[in-house]
Amino acid sequence: MIDPRTLAYDFDEEAEGFGEPPRVERPRLPLDQKLCLGLLGAGLLTLVAQIGGTALSGTWGGMALSWGSIALGTSLWFWRLYAGTTPGIKHDGIWFRSALSRGALGWLAGIFMTGMYVLIYWFPQVLGESADGPPTGLVATVDPLAQLVTGYPASRWFLYGVLYTTAILVFGVRMFMKYRHSRYHQIRTASVMVFQFGFAWLLPNLLVLFQKPYMEFNGIWPLKQNYIWPEKWGEFTGAGAFGLFLLVWAVGLVVATPILTYFFGKRWYCSWVCGCGGLAETLGDPWRQLSDNSTRAWKIERWMIHSVLAAVLAVTVSLWIDYKTTGAVYGSWSGGVRQWYGFYIGAVFSGVVGVGFYPLLGNRVWCRFGCPQAAILGIWQRFYSRFRITTNGDQCMSCGNCSTYCEMGIDVRSYAQKSENIVRASCVGCGVCASVCPRGVLKLENGSTHADRYEGSDRPLDAFVKSLGIRDR
Amino acid sequence: MRRAQLRSPRTTHAIQTLHVVILGNGITGASAAVRLRELRPDWQITMISGESAHPYSRPALMYVFIGHMRYQDTKLQEDSFWPKQRIDLVRDWAVELDAPAKRLRLHRGGELTFDRLLLATGSKPNRFDWPGQDLRGVQGLYGLMDLKLLHDNCEGARQAVIVGGGLIGIELAEMLHSRGIHPTLLVREPAYWSNVLPEDEARMVGRAIDAAGIGLRLESELAEIVDDGTGRAGAIVTKAGERLEAQIVGLTAGVSPNLDLVGDTQIECERGVLVDDGLRTSAEDIWAAGDCAEIRREGDERNLLQQVWYTGRLQGRLVAESIAADSRAAGAAPSYDPGLWYNSAKFLDLEYQTYGEVRPGGRGQESLWWQHESRQMGMRIALAEGDRVAGFNVVGLRYRHEVCRRWLSEGRGLDYVLDHLGEANFDPEFEPRFEPTMATSMRGARP
Repeated sequence: MIDPRTLAYDFDEEAEGFGEPPRVERPRLPLDQKLCLGLLGAGLLTLVAQIGGTALSGTWGGMALSWGSIALGTSLWFWRLYAGTTPGIKHDGIWFRSALSRGALGWLAGIFMTGMYVLIYWFPQVLGESADGPPTGLVATVDPLAQLVTGYPASRWFLYGVLYTTAILVFGVRMFMKYRHSRYHQIRTASVMVFQFGFAWLLPNLLVLFQKPYMEFNGIWPLKQNYIWPEKWGEFTGAGAFGLFLLVWAVGLVVATPILTYFFGKRWYCSWVCGCGGLAETLGDPWRQLSDNSTRAWKIERWMIHSVLAAVLAVTVSLWIDYKTTGAVYGSWSGGVRQWYGFYIGAVFSGVVGVGFYPLLGNRVWCRFGCPQAAILGIWQRFYSRFRITTNGDQCMSCGNCSTYCEMGIDVRSYAQKSENIVRASCVGCGVCASVCPRGVLKLENGSTHADRYEGSDRPLDAFVKSLGIRDR
Repeated sequence: MRRAQLRSPRTTHAIQTLHVVILGNGITGASAAVRLRELRPDWQITMISGESAHPYSRPALMYVFIGHMRYQDTKLQEDSFWPKQRIDLVRDWAVELDAPAKRLRLHRGGELTFDRLLLATGSKPNRFDWPGQDLRGVQGLYGLMDLKLLHDNCEGARQAVIVGGGLIGIELAEMLHSRGIHPTLLVREPAYWSNVLPEDEARMVGRAIDAAGIGLRLESELAEIVDDGTGRAGAIVTKAGERLEAQIVGLTAGVSPNLDLVGDTQIECERGVLVDDGLRTSAEDIWAAGDCAEIRREGDERNLLQQVWYTGRLQGRLVAESIAADSRAAGAAPSYDPGLWYNSAKFLDLEYQTYGEVRPGGRGQESLWWQHESRQMGMRIALAEGDRVAGFNVVGLRYRHEVCRRWLSEGRGLDYVLDHLGEANFDPEFEPRFEPTMATSMRGARP
């Protein structure tokens, strides 16, 4: 006899959600957590007061009271939050939280972050940048630091650099605590913090101070599209021996890319060194579950990212042809294309959409769909690298945590449940799939040769040709 | 799976196109459907389930409830996979099986005939006729309906008691804990899951339970569930007379094969549906696999009743081959080989893997145990005669399935295994490695 209770089962599991927990009385916030929030709140108030233009504005004291309090309050908050839990994966309630599951708060966060980019790119006067005279408003709040590090008054770009770097450092603290059971995550988080602070913020600003050509030392063409364009080379070659060093550095990184990727996979750059990756892995981590892992998204991704790569290659080649022929071939056209690429890809795509949409599309929108550097690294990783994610025998139980928390939208489970290793162009090697796996099925590793990764990978050219057909998994 | 594999050579088309019906879309049913499609590109395959429209991962139920994933994230495949594979999914319950007529009656939608049938109906939570077990607020944790029920039962609940110290019990405790409800585990044995885990491992799990703030009552048995006066559970009383307040009572004392459908037929059953080593039942053209199947063993050997995820998948793949085989002639169908035993679990933050044979409480088996002095990490190597390694228990560490399987199948001795232990480590990069310490400590523990 069939149990009548079974037959009475009648609901739509797709619509059900099983979710919103009934309202349970929350325990009162402990005093130290209240103090963290108080510090954050006080910082925000001081900041608003300074934007309005008080005596504190543009002083070290003002900076410490506003940005200092905000950064410290937020860091301590995260520290305290995770210190109160046992070490391990803490993802409870993520899909019930409005800010993390595309709810109203998520949309608000997206609009706010997108709005910041819009102001920085198009409305610098609103932020207080001025072409003739000292900065005011928000830009002025970081002026003392700008004077110290660059020797110039603060600009919107300096403000952006400070915000960007602070976000990586503060949310880096969060990563340290959230993953305090995992050395891999701690080390790679420390790495992106160091590269952002030193290579992408401090050193480039010191270059400005010493009147040298500007360069971010962890930037590589084609992500930093102009680092091997004729104009930049003009700057380098016009700056003496140090300029030559910068030029060698820029070219050296392009050359080093395939070699490092052969040994370590794409991750050496994307989740250890890169500034965009650094922000995605820290500030963006709370939203990683929003990356679409459908086959359709994968198809769109491949078309888009390789189109951007083709575009940057075309622009670079045409600029050099133009330069060598002094404009005889393309005339002013290549300059126009350069502007177009810089604006639509470099600014709108990587910034406004890439970061602004973290709370809506996940934290790797730019890296997945746009970054030409990721495209190149991906091609090397897919066809000529030792890196892979190993699946531990037949132990996958198909729960889906790996696919859900993959920021690159890779359907990791589809491989793991077939006991296949994962070799995918887009994998940035963040290692979260391995961490969230409740059965310890996944492990990132560098094989002893690229040939032991999967069948056929010792013939990269064949694999590449085969992949040109639309593959059906 | 690639489409190329689906094009089978002409020669296998000797048999006419058949209609195979699979009852149940759990891991066994779903694995069988996919494998059968590979083997028989032109057969008609229908998979029936009343629980969900698409196969999903039942071990992931807890993650849906605690908000790590949404239900749709736990589906085994994208929805488009099933029509692409031409596997028809029917959302209904089968309520009657007419085996000789090869006909099923469905609850919502009429009748269905089949040429071959797979029973993959799974199992049901055990209930031991406890007084009060039918009160509201008393439930098991098996499928989506239980998840919905639990969600409703959580309304207004503050405390819960979970009866049974196994894998599901601790999952249920974690789920309730995430909703601010205080759970207490009621365990009959002197340590957690000690009918499976040796004492050291069980104690380690006990510590994880404590650290999470979950109650644990060892050597306690349920006597009665007490009505709160409204037809809902309000408390439980143990056999020792202790009373614990509980608005939710979880019953997780194991599962038994679901025989609801076959109970009214002539198909032979004992604990489960009896099958031979090709997973064929006593009825013509009907197979059974997974939790509901009991595999006959020759001679003194006890019949095989395997009810874990991995064996469900293995049996599902095997039964597909058996169903696809042309005839019952000897050698035509494959026979089920459970292979190396392995299993894994996660107790709160603590991961656990087991390979081979590790008996709880020693039971005539020598074994060596290492544990980290402060961290929740332990490793057991169980031994058979002549220092041959018989199995591994790994707690708070990850080990490589392939390496363990190879060592166990090659019958490697303790010395060899200790010398090469590092090769089996599967922990993430940069994690500290303790294999040298383990080897030294285990060697030191031997006479």
